[in-house]
Order: sequence, then structure tokens, then C-alpha cells
Amino acid sequence: MITKQYTITAPQGLHARPATTLIRLVKNFKSVVNIQKGGKTVRLNSMINLLSLTIKGGETVTVTIEGEDEINAAEALDLFFAEELKDL
Amino acid sequence: MFLHKMEKINGTGVSPGIAIGKAFVIKKAEAVVSGILLKDEDEIIEAVASFNTAIDLAVAEIETIIATAKLSAVEDELAILEAQIELIGDPQIAEDVIEKIQSERKTANDALVEVIADVVQVFESMEDEYMRARSADIKDIGARILKHLNKQHSDTAKFNPGTIIIADDISPSDTISMDIKHVTGFATRAGSKTSHAAIIAKAKGIPAVVGCGDGLMSIQNDDVVILDGLSGLVYINPQEKIIEDYRSKREAQNQQTEKLSALKNVAAVTTDGKKAMLSANISGADDMEEVHRNGGDGVGLFRTELLFMNRDSFPSEEEQFEFYKQAALKSKNKAVIVRTIDVGGDKQLPYFNIPAELNPFLGYRAIRICLDRTDLFITQLKAILRAGMFGDLRIMFPMISNIQEVRAAKKILEDAKKELLFENIRFKADIKVGIMIEIPSAAITADILAKEVDFFSIGTNDLCQYTLAVDRMNEKITHLYDPFNPGVLRLISNVIEQGHKHHIHVGMCGEMAGDPLATLLLLGMGLEEFSMSAAAIPAIKNIIINHSQAEAKQVCGKVMAMDSSDKITAYLTALNA
Repeated sequence: MITKQYTITAPQGLHARPATTLIRLVKNFKSVVNIQKGGKTVRLNSMINLLSLTIKGGETVTVTIEGEDEINAAEALDLFFAEELKDL
Repeated sequence: MFLHKMEKINGTGVSPGIAIGKAFVIKKAEAVVSGILLKDEDEIIEAVASFNTAIDLAVAEIETIIATAKLSAVEDELAILEAQIELIGDPQIAEDVIEKIQSERKTANDALVEVIADVVQVFESMEDEYMRARSADIKDIGARILKHLNKQHSDTAKFNPGTIIIADDISPSDTISMDIKHVTGFATRAGSKTSHAAIIAKAKGIPAVVGCGDGLMSIQNDDVVILDGLSGLVYINPQEKIIEDYRSKREAQNQQTEKLSALKNVAAVTTDGKKAMLSANISGADDMEEVHRNGGDGVGLFRTELLFMNRDSFPSEEEQFEFYKQAALKSKNKAVIVRTIDVGGDKQLPYFNIPAELNPFLGYRAIRICLDRTDLFITQLKAILRAGMFGDLRIMFPMISNIQEVRAAKKILEDAKKELLFENIRFKADIKVGIMIEIPSAAITADILAKEVDFFSIGTNDLCQYTLAVDRMNEKITHLYDPFNPGVLRLISNVIEQGHKHHIHVGMCGEMAGDPLATLLLLGMGLEEFSMSAAAIPAIKNIIINHSQAEAKQVCGKVMAMDSSDKITAYLTALNA
């Protein structure tokens, strides 16, 4: 299992548009990906659960990735949170 | 129409403009729970299957909408629809619905209605306004799945020109499947500034009022409606006199808007290709919207005093961080120059006692307080440094009179960075640092100061009062307060020249920057950034794009050769006429 911490660089936080991109990104991998904020953890396959975390710009989240393709998934998530997110 | 009573409703104006037209009321069928229980395993299997089919059909429907809308839709709308696909196919909803069908023997309709109601409730109870507004999306996707479940057909309404849509709320798919080109306004019972009706209306430039309340639902089809998207007023069947008033108001607004919006995305470039930066002065993140609306290139002066006033103690680093961060987030990565606290004997803070002074403008104020009370200063600097991670923030020190002050302030800035490093908090290490040039000694020694900073910003209001020894507040001598005094102009010209010589950016954030009379003169001096109230930007831009840098240089040359402000203002006025 890989554990990562990310700071949200998107100004508006994980609102509908970046959340859509993130959910779709995770769908490409077989690994189970969970996201945690403030003690609440949800699986990253549900928009509703993700939105219900109300993740805002500047906040930090913990993401765990577990599965056969976890290394690739983690790389893709790194890219998403570090680069792509701030433009969404 | 005389049969209907006249009414005036107050809502929230979310998209400016005036619409006058006939009402078209959209009524939505309520989702109803039937209470029917499934009899056997076969019915359960069938219910699950029909639910899954409804999901597939709903997704397919949105994909079709996206495909057909791609050419004409706004990017925001497409993003909303993409998000809806994910919401419709959300595994959490499917899991909960199927669970209800299987273990509680509910029909697919009932299970879905209940699950959606639960999710809507969760979102409606959220603190975050944006997320609260998302409950409308959940309702929308619920209704869409339900429609396919119950095999209803979608009805695309055709409207007559000049239609004003009256609805409970407007969903993104509503607006896309609507024949929107004939819609001149929206009014909704529910909704807020961040609801879809608001976003879409703004993106399409259609006047809209949301949150009108239940009174709105008394409107009948073809009632005459006036809607003022700025004030949030909705008139139902108004008298002819009111309609006339609003017609002329609309006419005036349209002309103004046309003029403004024509310039919004035009760069402030002279006819011979010299680009000027037109920025705005703001007091908080909320002002950013106005800056973008007027096509501002950034923020030349972010006054931070608002944060310190109307309270009973100094704001904490966290509070300040949040305040600057909000502005950074809303800046769309445009430069934002944050001025460190500028208070003094005339701008008192109730919790920070500065003894009354005989000459507060010459007294204990601004950077002088900061260099004395380094504890307060360092807190503000740390908050700005941290917020710098969320946008292109820059720091500006006010009331600099000599180079020691610049060095001392920069030293404290370095201390602030060290503290953040030590605390392991992320911050913008290479933040740009500048000073306000508003004291004559600073203007005269611009060549010395330029070596210490990344930019200058000329504060003409104070520069003028200090140079001319004129108290801005003293009504008996207002005629002496004159930025076109050749002495003031020589100082300004020197600052710009020295800035260029030392390759640093020079802007201006005083009143003069937004004065159309001064635009060509300042441009001719080589001023790079003009920072003013956002609303003044279009007028200044209009001057810049219609003249050349060569002309501006000529104007500057002539003005600098004149011996009095009378001649200068007469010449500039004639030029502008």
C-alpha cells in the first residue's frame, strides 16, 4: 500500500470539475484508492462521497493506493495533484 | 393583464441587466414515493435491472446533450454535464438503491427517491456554500434517472422571443435543452449566488434573479415581468409607467455594457504596440470579481487595513493568511501587490492605541509602526508569504523615506521566512518586494532605493500632499493640492526614469493613475502599471488603445516644459476633449 499526502492547489478546492477528473483518473487503475480528510475516509470512486468531504483549496489530504498497479496509480495521482489540479 | 395583481418581489440579483418580457413558468413533477412493496425475487431482479437500465439511459442522454452542445455551450456548462455523468453513475447511489430494493423490497422508483432525498439532505446541511448549492445537481440527476425509470419523455420547451423563465430552480440540463436564444431572463424561487441558474445566466449574459421565495410561484404564464438582475427586483404585471422607466434604464445600461464589454478582453496596447498594465486597487477578495469584470491585469494595491478594522484585537496569522489567500485564489494568477499595514494617527485601530499626534501624517504610522512593533509586522509578513502559495502575491512597504527602512523591513521579511522554515510551513520564498514611493525623499532618491527592491509603486495622494505641504483634509487649501504641479510631476518622472535605469517595474496606485487627464502624460513618462478603482479601467484603456506611445512622449515633453499646473491642465483638458 502506498500512502501520499497532497495539498490542494486548485483555488476552488475539489469542486465538481476537478472531482470529475480525479474520479475518472482513478477509474483507469485496478488499485483501490481512498482519500482521507479530517479523519473521514472515502473511496475515490464516488463523486458524492468525494464532494461530501468538502475539500477546499489549501487543505491537505491523505491518499492511500493499494493494488497491483499501485505504483503507476500513485505516479498518476502525483501528477494530478502537483500539476493538473491547479489548472482545473 | 389588468386582471392580474401587480407585485414586486425581492430576490438575489446574480447576473446584471434588465429583462422585460412575458413569463414562462416551468413546473416540475414532484418525485413521489408509491409505498408499493415488491412481491417476490423475480420482481426484485427486475427492479434492479430497470434501475441499471435507467442509469445507462440517463448517462447516454447526457452524452448526447454534450455532443450536441459542444459547439455552442460554455466550458462551464460542459464541465457541469461531465460531472453529472459521474454523479449519475455514482457507485454509492447505486449501492444504496440496490440495497433498498433487495433488503427492503422497495420499488426502484421509491428506492431512488429516498436515496436521492438523503443525499440532497446531506448536501443541504453542509456549511460550505458551494457544496450546499450542489444539492440542486443531486436533485437534477435524481429527476433524470427517475424520468428514464418511469419512461417519461423529455419535453424541450420552445419559447417565444422575450421570454422570462420562472422556475423553482434551473438545472444545467434544463438550460442546455432549453431553446435559450429567446430567453431574456431567469427568475427562480430557490437558489443562491453559486447555483447553476446563476452560473449559467452569468456565462450567457442573461439577467437573472434567484432566491425569490414562494411569492414567485404566483406568476402565471404570459404575465408581464420586469427583472432587474443587479438589484434583484422582480415586478409582476407592473404599471405602464414602470415598464417605460425600465425600458429607458435598460437602454442606458445596454449602451454602457456594450462599451465596457467591448474593451474587457482588449489588451491596453497603444497604436504603436506599447503595452500598459491596468490594475485595480482592492480592499478584499470580494473585489476581485469586479477587477475581472473590468478586464483588470492584476491588483496594484491590495489595502490590508480592512482586515484590521472593526474588531477588538489584532487578527491572528491564520486569520490574516485566510484573508490574503482568498484574494490570491480569486486573482486567476494575476499579480496582486499586498501593501503591509498602513495605519496611523488618522486611521486608528480601537485595540491599538496610537496617542493623538499634532501631525499624524508626519507621525507614527505605517512602516514606522511596523519597524517598531516587529511582532505585529512579522505576523503579517508570515501570513502573506504563506498565502503566496496560492497566487502571485507581492509585498509592498508603505511610507518609506530612506534606505535603512527598506533594509530593516527586508531583514524582518527574511526572519519571517526563517520562522516558517523552522515551523515547516510552505511559503513563497522568492516573493517579490517593492516599496511605495509617497515621500518626496524616496522619490528623489529613487536611484538609491531601486537597488534594494523589485518594484516601485507611486502613491500620488501622499506624494502630492507631502511635496506641496498641503493637508489633503484641509478644505481651505484644496486648490493647492494639485498633482499636476510641475514639482510633483518632476518627482514622478524621476521615479519612473530611475526605475527603468535599474530595470525594476514602476507602477502607480494613487488617484492620478485613474485620472483620464493624466493617462497620456504618465504613459509618455514610461509608467508601466496604472492601478485604480476597477470601474475606472475601461475609460483609461480606451485612451491608451487610441493613442501611440510616440504621441504620449510628445505630450510628456510639452508638459514637462510648461511652467505651471494651470497651463498643464488646460493643455491636457484640450487634448482629451
